[in-house]
Amino acid sequence: MKPRPKSPGWNVLGLLPAQLIMLLTLIIPVGIIVLVSFSTRGPYGGFDFVFTTAPYKQILFNEGWTGELEFNPQYLIVVGRTLVLSLVTTAICTVLSFPVAYFISLQRASVKMMLIYLVTLPFWVSMIVRVYSWIIILGNDGVIAKALRALGLVDNMGSLLFTDTAMLVGLVYSYIPLMILPVFASIEKLDSALVEASHDLYGSRLTTLRRVILPLCKPGMMAGAILVFVPCLGAVLEPTLLGGGKTMMMGNLIQLQFGAARNWPLGAAISIVLMSAVLIFLMWRGLQAVRREGREGDV
Amino acid sequence: MDMNCSLQQKKAVEIKGVSKAFGTYQALKPVTFDIYENEFFTLLGPSGCGKTTLLRMIAGFEQPSTGEISLRGSNIQGQPPHRRRVNTVFQSYALFPHMTLEQNVAFGLENLGWAKDKREARVADMLRLVHMDKLAARKPQQLSGGQRQRIALARALAPEPEVLLLDEPLSALDLKLRQAMRDELRTLQRQTGITFVFVTHDQEEALDMSDRICVLGDGEIQQLGTPADVYEEPSNRFVADFIGETNFLDAEVISVDSERATVSIPFGMTLSVPHKGAVAGGKAVMSIRPEKINLPSQDGQISVDGTIVSANYLGGYTHYVVETGGTQLRVSKRNSVSRDRMLEIGRPITVSFAAESPRVLGA
Amino acid sequence: MSDANVRRYPGFNLFSLLFFVYLYLPIAVVIFYSFNANRIVANWGGFSLHWYTTALSNTALMDAVKTSLLVASIATMVSTVVALMAALVLVRGREVRFRRVSETVVNLPLLLPEIVVAVAVLILFSQLGLTNGLLKLTIAHTTFCIPFAFLPIRARLQGMDADLEEAARDLYASSWVAFRRVTLPLILPGVFAGAMLAFVISMDDFITSSLLNSGGATTLPVYIFSLIKQGVSPQLNAISTLIMIVSVALATVAFLLQRRQ
Repeated sequence: MKPRPKSPGWNVLGLLPAQLIMLLTLIIPVGIIVLVSFSTRGPYGGFDFVFTTAPYKQILFNEGWTGELEFNPQYLIVVGRTLVLSLVTTAICTVLSFPVAYFISLQRASVKMMLIYLVTLPFWVSMIVRVYSWIIILGNDGVIAKALRALGLVDNMGSLLFTDTAMLVGLVYSYIPLMILPVFASIEKLDSALVEASHDLYGSRLTTLRRVILPLCKPGMMAGAILVFVPCLGAVLEPTLLGGGKTMMMGNLIQLQFGAARNWPLGAAISIVLMSAVLIFLMWRGLQAVRREGREGDV
Repeated sequence: MDMNCSLQQKKAVEIKGVSKAFGTYQALKPVTFDIYENEFFTLLGPSGCGKTTLLRMIAGFEQPSTGEISLRGSNIQGQPPHRRRVNTVFQSYALFPHMTLEQNVAFGLENLGWAKDKREARVADMLRLVHMDKLAARKPQQLSGGQRQRIALARALAPEPEVLLLDEPLSALDLKLRQAMRDELRTLQRQTGITFVFVTHDQEEALDMSDRICVLGDGEIQQLGTPADVYEEPSNRFVADFIGETNFLDAEVISVDSERATVSIPFGMTLSVPHKGAVAGGKAVMSIRPEKINLPSQDGQISVDGTIVSANYLGGYTHYVVETGGTQLRVSKRNSVSRDRMLEIGRPITVSFAAESPRVLGA
Repeated sequence: MSDANVRRYPGFNLFSLLFFVYLYLPIAVVIFYSFNANRIVANWGGFSLHWYTTALSNTALMDAVKTSLLVASIATMVSTVVALMAALVLVRGREVRFRRVSETVVNLPLLLPEIVVAVAVLILFSQLGLTNGLLKLTIAHTTFCIPFAFLPIRARLQGMDADLEEAARDLYASSWVAFRRVTLPLILPGVFAGAMLAFVISMDDFITSSLLNSGGATTLPVYIFSLIKQGVSPQLNAISTLIMIVSVALATVAFLLQRRQ
């Protein structure tokens, strides 16, 4: 007879499949990525495990014919572009999300439901289709180009595609629903009496927004920032389809190494850099959260 | 006092040295007591006193850290909740939202393997007992608070438990309904003859309904007795303070015998008063209930002069605060005459009480 | 009225309107041009359903759809069952050791960029010498679907009053009976929502599927990608529209399920 509805035996049994799958298909393989990143490139792709730091050097340097190292910023630019684009995307998503989320929270319950449904809907629609739609819009012969031409504003503009801006538009479009939802949730939690109290205490609309509403929505924005920033860092579709071959991000650079370029060790090394960036960001966020809890705990 | 607790009673529940610790926190220190058959037994105490923990241990949701619990003489230690013939009325009622009222009430019977016709008859009986037979096909969400309460009762009573456990079942109801449900619960207990173990923090509820009350505080039993016992003869300061209102006066104990203590109290008086746990030469408190102080004073009683400092009209009663030589006494006066004039503030007055009314309690 | 006035900010309405236009305009453009009779997408040549018939008779497309459906179905089933088990322990289990760490492990695919997950399984499969494309895809999809199935189930379980399970146990239900008759029926919408989410995430996956794209298993997004690489075409718009119709239908069902408390 078991003394407990759920004894520790059941606990282990219930968790085992999930933990085992993660261990075998993710945790151990990530360990292998680290190994590969310190390996030599195999003759036909793949890798031979002969320890070397060459893949990491390769991110920064070109090896000349005689073996001397020559600084080459091409990959560093990709890393930098990835970071900047991800940060800018997160910032734009945050700024755009707040008014929309706030607007939604003011609506009647049924309208609110409908609008939230409309915000989440594109997220269910195939990612590749959504990114593709921007090719039609931004393309050489695309909707925007034609509209501008029809208005006689621009005669023959260059393509809007294959630029950083195009990638940015695509990234914001792809991930903004992930920002709106947590921001909306935090606005919903906000007691409307607080807004009234601020006005009662002679706060203007702007003061109320700046000193009451926004600070209280910060946790939601921070949660949204994680949800947007992390997938942006690893984005593949947006840079591949909207950025073209010249303006790469880390995601499609990695993909390239495991595909056409057949340089697994370099791909693994870039993967490690990408993963480190994500982990540093998450740890920084976690630390902030802990510190905030600590501060509130003191009160 | 009551027929129910006199003579030789069969024990429904025996609690022997039962305690509970959650990690390092001692929720309940070892307690020992019995609950008798057919009794309306109340566990009364402020929140965090361990009363709900005790109830959950009887139900089997928590395991005692020490001690054992017996049900009708057999040790139920280690038995999971579904093997114990006790049922619980939850504070939240915990009615299954995806089942009709009928299905809710039938749930326990199904698990016990009752035959269909017997089960249906029992469910119908139970719904009739709580006056809910007309709504049998509804879902819990369509009910009011009082109706949910009734269904929770019917569901818990249906399997004919040896003991029915009630965890603050009235706390979610509004005042009027609570009063009505008190009477209904009491009637139900008498009708069914099932032992009720009732948990509450509301002393009025406990006094009103119980055969016996176990007052818990700080994880210990403070007193166990009939409602009159715990109100009139509180065993310590905690009980006197928690149950009803009272005045506490600092007292110096001069001498004690087994029944009475001679004490000096702030008005420069020396009295001989019934006591509990007073020690000669030590400090103690004298407790006297506001309604036991007469205003104006009556002949043949101990009288004290004072001044009225506040008066609150409460309908049936008026509450006065009387200042007597640096001590404030709360006095409750029944408004027995219609439109009786309130005594004005600042007026000098003499109050009195019978020598048998106060109790001296060990500090 | 004064309450609403205080809380409203001028310009937010217009801004929100523009936002929803931004959200739906690209989708509308794709749908619009899918009915274009002209082979060149941007030149309107009249209304036509021609591209839909071409799409539906495209065998490569249908093969990709079949592959995607097969992979997504298996991945959804496995990941939902695994996630349900994990959620029951993590939310309801008593004295679970390493609860926080265990939960992080279950959600690990959400914390890592998908490309890293993809690279990890790619290297793993190459080391194991696994060549069956369908098997590789199914394993990889199951892994990253688990957290998506897990989160709605966990939310639903957390929202469910634990008293209900205790009440069932109190009324003589064994653990299994309490689960089958009380817990499962009450969290079923969450389980459905989780399964639905897992299914859509699997159907939609591009990064992992394209990296593992060998051994003859091409999923729908990977096939569409190859079409896009060949250039914008009306048939592509028709396929996209069809996909959107299916997605919207699924999303609506999931949404209604979650709304039903």
